[in-house]
Amino acid sequence: MRRAKVTKVIIGVGHGPRKKGISGCGANHYSGEKRGFVRVMAGGRSDSGARTPAGLKTPEGSRTMYHIISIRDFERRDLDYLLDRAREFDTGEYLPEMLDDKLVALLFFEPSTRTRMSFATAMARLGGRSISVDSVEASSIVKGETLADTIRVVSGYADAIVLRHPKEGAARLASEFASVPVINAGDGAGQHPSQTLLDLYTIRQSMPIDGIDVGLLGDLRYGRTAHSLALALSLYGVTLHTIAPGGLEMPANIALELRERGMEVIEHADVQGAIRELDVLYVTRIQRERFPDSASYYNVASSYRITPDLLAGVRDRLMLLHPLPRAGEIDPAVDRTPYARYFEQARNGVPVRMALLHEVMK
Amino acid sequence: MSTKDPSRGLLVSPIRNGTVIDHITAGEALNVLRILGITGSTPECLSIATNVESKRMGKKDIVKIENRELRTEEVDRIALLAPQAKINIIRDYRVVEKKGVEIPKVLKGVVRCPNPGCITNTNEPVESTFEVLPKGLHCLYCDWLIKDDIANHII
Ligand SMILES: Nc1ncnc2c1ncn2[C@@H]1O[C@H](COP(=O)(O)OP(=O)(O)O)[C@@H](O)[C@H]1O
Ligand SMILES: [Mg+2]
Ligand SMILES: [Zn+2]
Repeated sequence: MRRAKVTKVIIGVGHGPRKKGISGCGANHYSGEKRGFVRVMAGGRSDSGARTPAGLKTPEGSRTMYHIISIRDFERRDLDYLLDRAREFDTGEYLPEMLDDKLVALLFFEPSTRTRMSFATAMARLGGRSISVDSVEASSIVKGETLADTIRVVSGYADAIVLRHPKEGAARLASEFASVPVINAGDGAGQHPSQTLLDLYTIRQSMPIDGIDVGLLGDLRYGRTAHSLALALSLYGVTLHTIAPGGLEMPANIALELRERGMEVIEHADVQGAIRELDVLYVTRIQRERFPDSASYYNVASSYRITPDLLAGVRDRLMLLHPLPRAGEIDPAVDRTPYARYFEQARNGVPVRMALLHEVMK
Repeated sequence: MSTKDPSRGLLVSPIRNGTVIDHITAGEALNVLRILGITGSTPECLSIATNVESKRMGKKDIVKIENRELRTEEVDRIALLAPQAKINIIRDYRVVEKKGVEIPKVLKGVVRCPNPGCITNTNEPVESTFEVLPKGLHCLYCDWLIKDDIANHII
């Protein structure tokens, strides 16, 4: 099994312009070295007093811990490695007791049914168990406990932590205080790497990702899944086509970052003008709250709706993806066409999350 | 204006031991002090001259701090606002060391993240952390990019 070279340090922040990391131990450690997963020496913060966590044996015999925080931390080989692992789990090449002595804490400080269920499912399929916080109201967060303290405490209960939190950077912070691996399951408008991995996984089931044409449709301003997917696709020589209503275009910073990573980004005025050039169309939700009134929302939403008519003359291998839940973005009549792949995509959350859970706890 | 040129005299009285930050971008002296964590309530004995004429820069600011020699990590933060600044260490009235400033790679606890949703803007025990890139300051927690107006974000 491939294993990236393990360094003594610390949190990886991999690519492009981003060459430095922030430390897992409260002090600063920088490294210009490229690395993939976020790694921390087992034990996390020296003051945590927690037990030695699950970890990986390094060549020197020390233990290393992996966190999965942001798609920006990943190099292509890390993504490919995890996608390969997910495929093994998908095709049944795993033992149902692989994690049978492990316990994962699902800390969801924000509602999420699907992500949470699919992590719980993935854990159960590997023979492991999950504990969770049932509601934010019931948890100590309302008593004013910091996330840092919650994470230190839960590190003493579980072998890994899956975190969903409303603040951007929460998972990064958690990884600095945890003495067990942290998997980011969404931090506010920030990152949601397991979603991106399952998106990539779904594409790769049908075609090699290299050099394909991918369209992103919908709210590209606030849509974190779209940003994160675009960043990952920039490692595969993909040409990106963006289609967004006025005011919901991709932020200039993100577009710049993508171009710095060597990605060609083409903006289109409408779906009609782009769809025949695409191998993948990734549709995201356009939220009612982004518009001043219902009329302007319906106006925009209807002109961005995917209907069977729109699919005339598209490439045979076109895949329509959507992170779900959908509102009205895709006409249900499209579900019966061979292009509709979003339910398969949702299902792929399980093998992908099995691969992640196994990777950090094995 | 230097001790070598007594005819023009020093704008402020000479110091025996301490630090002179010379060639500060005009108008940035107070921000430089802020970034150093020096305020009216800290004990240093300070002199500040702003918009002083300078051959090299047209106008410049100067800050003199008595009985304190600034450490490199401290002075490097200054480079954000005053990349031309020169740090002069004074001992027994003489300049014994003179160095430029270098923009640090990472700024910890220096600027506040403008993103209200950033975890560093909560009561969590964590300092804001930005990496310094050619295009701006990049928050290592939430990925926000501060492109300009850095002085306004200094904590
Ligand atoms: N003893 C002192 N007290 C206060 N300021 C001083 C003292 N010695 C030098 N300076 C100031 O420190 C700066 C650097 O001094 P110096 O190296 O002599 O001049 P320059 O860099 O202009 O050639 C100047 O602004 C000078 O006025
Ligand atoms: Mg001079
Ligand atoms: Zn931030």
